Amino acid sequence: MKKHDAIVIGAGHNGITNAAYLAKAGLDVLLVEKNPWIGGASVSRELHEGWIYSNCSYVCSLLRPEVYRSLELAKYGLQVVPYGGSVTMSQNGDILGSYVDEDVSRREIARHSERDADAVVRYHRDIMRQCRFIRQFLLRTAPDPTSFRPSDIREMIYLGKEFAKLGEDVIYDLMRFYTMSISDYLDEYFEHPLIKAAYAGSGIIGSALGVMSPGTAYVLLHHAMGEVDGNIGAWGFARGGMGAIAKAMNACFEDHGGTTLCGSGVDRIIVKNGKTSGVALENGDEHHADVVVSNMTFPRTFLECMDEKDLEPDFLKKVRNFKIRGSSGKLNIALDGLPQFTALKDNPDMMVADMHLIDSIERLERAYDDWKNGTWSQDPYIDMLIPSLTDPTMAPPGKHFMSVFVQYVPPKVHGEEWTDAQRDAFGQTVINQIEKYAPGFKDLILHAEIRTPRELENEVGLTEGNIFQGELTMDQLLFNRPIPGYAQYRGPVKGLYMCGSSNHPGGGVMAAPGANAAREILSDLKRPNTVPEGWLDD
Amino acid sequence: MTDGTNVIIIGAGHNGLTCAAYLAKAGRHVTVLEAANRVGGAATTREFAPDFRVSACAHLLYLMNSDIRRELGLDAKGLSLARQNLKTVALAADGNHLLIAGDRIDGEDVTDEDRQALREYRRFMKRFARIIGRLHDRVPPRIASGERSDLIGLGRLALDVRLLGRDDMREFLRIAGINIFDVLQENFSSDRLKGALALDAVLGTHLGPRSNNSVFTALHRMSGNAGETGGEVSLVKGGMGALSDALARAAIDAGAEIRTGTAVRRIVMDFDRVCGVELESGEVIEADTVASSADPKTTFLGLLGAANLEAGFAHRIQHLRARGNAAKLHLALSELPEFSGLDTGLLGERLVIAPDLNYVEHAFNHAKYGEFSAEPVMEITLPSLHDSSLAPQGQHVLSAVVQYAPAELKQGWPEGKAAFTETVMSVLERYAPDIRSKAVVAELLTPADLESEFRMAGGHWHHGELSLDQFLMLRPVPGAAQYRAPVDGLFLCGAGSHPGGGVMGSAGRNAAHVILGKS
Repeated sequence: MKKHDAIVIGAGHNGITNAAYLAKAGLDVLLVEKNPWIGGASVSRELHEGWIYSNCSYVCSLLRPEVYRSLELAKYGLQVVPYGGSVTMSQNGDILGSYVDEDVSRREIARHSERDADAVVRYHRDIMRQCRFIRQFLLRTAPDPTSFRPSDIREMIYLGKEFAKLGEDVIYDLMRFYTMSISDYLDEYFEHPLIKAAYAGSGIIGSALGVMSPGTAYVLLHHAMGEVDGNIGAWGFARGGMGAIAKAMNACFEDHGGTTLCGSGVDRIIVKNGKTSGVALENGDEHHADVVVSNMTFPRTFLECMDEKDLEPDFLKKVRNFKIRGSSGKLNIALDGLPQFTALKDNPDMMVADMHLIDSIERLERAYDDWKNGTWSQDPYIDMLIPSLTDPTMAPPGKHFMSVFVQYVPPKVHGEEWTDAQRDAFGQTVINQIEKYAPGFKDLILHAEIRTPRELENEVGLTEGNIFQGELTMDQLLFNRPIPGYAQYRGPVKGLYMCGSSNHPGGGVMAAPGANAAREILSDLKRPNTVPEGWLDD
Repeated sequence: MTDGTNVIIIGAGHNGLTCAAYLAKAGRHVTVLEAANRVGGAATTREFAPDFRVSACAHLLYLMNSDIRRELGLDAKGLSLARQNLKTVALAADGNHLLIAGDRIDGEDVTDEDRQALREYRRFMKRFARIIGRLHDRVPPRIASGERSDLIGLGRLALDVRLLGRDDMREFLRIAGINIFDVLQENFSSDRLKGALALDAVLGTHLGPRSNNSVFTALHRMSGNAGETGGEVSLVKGGMGALSDALARAAIDAGAEIRTGTAVRRIVMDFDRVCGVELESGEVIEADTVASSADPKTTFLGLLGAANLEAGFAHRIQHLRARGNAAKLHLALSELPEFSGLDTGLLGERLVIAPDLNYVEHAFNHAKYGEFSAEPVMEITLPSLHDSSLAPQGQHVLSAVVQYAPAELKQGWPEGKAAFTETVMSVLERYAPDIRSKAVVAELLTPADLESEFRMAGGHWHHGELSLDQFLMLRPVPGAAQYRAPVDGLFLCGAGSHPGGGVMGSAGRNAAHVILGKS
């Protein structure tokens, strides 16, 4: 049977990105995907006739512009349509709007608090400063601080130099930023509860932490990254849903001679005398290559697709301790018409924006307490979008598609597997919550897909339904991601590589792990590098 | 007279006294001004009922810097320990208690895995604690200052981490910034063991076991004497006040003057530098150097005034987190209480109520919203078992740190105090059913009481939350982390500075070295 140069497991955005860069370097690459469709969590699906759901990830914000350009995604059909700002709705019917025009946003904040309107300028300056610093490490491989290899030492020195460039004060702010809770951090800038709540939301999206947990400030940064200098990835919809991103990447991949094989998952990664030699699919087929790249989560790769005897017990212990607790859920809803939010009756146009239902730090934190106790939030934090207002291809004329992201939802309910009844009860909790803000909402629902971490794991393969393929805490960042000593995309077996979000720099439709892994593979194979390094100034 | 050598020290707490003693020994003319009528600050012994005496705030010694004890000859000045290396008893309501002594553990249904895991856990935690401990007696280095001394300081830290060796270094870099909950879950199976170990991490902080930074606070607790103490706790004979008295004696014998009942109203500026202090009495005392062991908020915003500070710095001080969360319970007992299932021989050990991780986390949940714990965690001692001077013959005192009791209680402490005392007693009753009948007098000091009694902002015994974002060169805030305030002639020598409180004395000693130009 024909042998490939490399086999990539999982056609999520990182897998395809990785495969595309390898193919661009002239390798014969096979991309295998368990589902009959590609995209992983970056997917568009017609689950209700006439409607297209972005049923996992729902906005395009972090996609690295370097990847967008070097894979010529525009040429391969990706269109990112920016949408208008965001709005946070309070229970008392008040709102906080955030607009594309910064002055308008500032005036809106001033409506709530003059003081905060001044603070917001400092706030954005400080956040952007942090983002610009991190941004340059997204497309670089993290150095191993314990190693004496020249490449690592060189990278450490580079890191140190960039760090020192920030200057003493910024460094201190950065150190505090990484160790603080988003709630404490916001307290240093703002006084108005609605404003704090509005900003705090992105500090917990997808994370198993509460707004009062130290370390959440970084998660906020992770989400703010997309906004830096309003770069190409700045908040927008991919026309045709998130699947359009995967489609364009795959078109690029196949255009460079790659083959994508859908419909059968990997049963196991074949290891012969200490080296990977290919994969055995669930349908019985075997495919061979010396290089095998896994875009699956860290635990899934080693606990489900490899033979224990091929791995060190100590390594396996660390894999089992990898933190990948899911914390989010999602509802994808087909609407008969536009809902009417009480808070937006004067300016319904704001429905094109990213809508949040929250108004205090305490509510956010209490939502987290429910998760800690093993149940979904009774008063959840909700992040809603109606993409069909911006991209008419998503729903039939006059009808709409609504994406509802929910925090918090536990991977298991009181330690037990989710039941369908519980899933539907969770869905009801969310729908009731929206109904409170938009009376009559329920009657507009034609179809609703309810996704708990269980659905996310079963369909997309994200262990415990964690959307980042692993929590973004200090023990799992940079050279610690996924675990110390394996942060450079190389697995414990020769020829095995990892390119998923379990690796630096983590999740979000960013495509950086896939790109970085490709760079490492190509350097091991002594092939010309096709992957951009560092960052393009956009 | 200001002949370039006289120093005023604000506050006669253990750090202020330590600083005074070192400066006086070096020939400085030192005057210590203390608002209260006694020395010691929060390290004091109080008679809360006739003939019943107890350490009023801090009640256990686990970080005390033995260099200070030696250099100031404290033993000769009257310091002695009533009991060293107390064991820890993890209490269980059903009487199935655990006895933890260092890395040894006894109790029914303790698995060999857990015994082994505890040895390993103590091994690496002690190694990591040593890294933090070695920092205690150093002036925190500044980053990117370009100063040679700072580069050396950072280099030493980097080297200490390097010397852990590859595996331990990786583990250190992995867990140093995260929460104790995950680390304990990775290592242990016994709930009571996990609960007791989690308590050590969160005692005196505004953190729950699941809060990141709690591994760091656990390490800090073990970091006494460059990590050699390993968290072992001791009792001071005569209560914590005896330690302060010994320090005061050391300072006085070295020539320092201590004026109690002398509250400072403000720090006096002469154009752009500090030139003395004004007392509540109106009297002004001149000095070239003023060192404050009061907490940073009191020092800068209260005594100096924000007007004398650069806006950015004042802003940082305003946002210094000092949310006290620990209350102190004192009971005068007519006779020894009985803890169900606990051998009387063990009553003198350190008894902790923290049955499991979720119990501790739930106790913390309330604090986040300005409520006191419905089921608080406790660290209990009966010091009179080791030190008969504390209670009348045959009778005893119980001293307990109780968490969580947030300084900003929503309902306010005047209203909340009685209810919380009742809560605490009923939880205690679960473990010691006869405790009420034997308690002649009960006193609860809430963070509000600690704040007014010991003049600590937020009633926080570290003068400011101890966490990574308020440690080393970030403590209390950048710009004052080297004991030098951004105003000429003013220094910090209290727990608000590196390396924090916990009856250690290092802050006072380091500050003295800076004032003397030794560092």
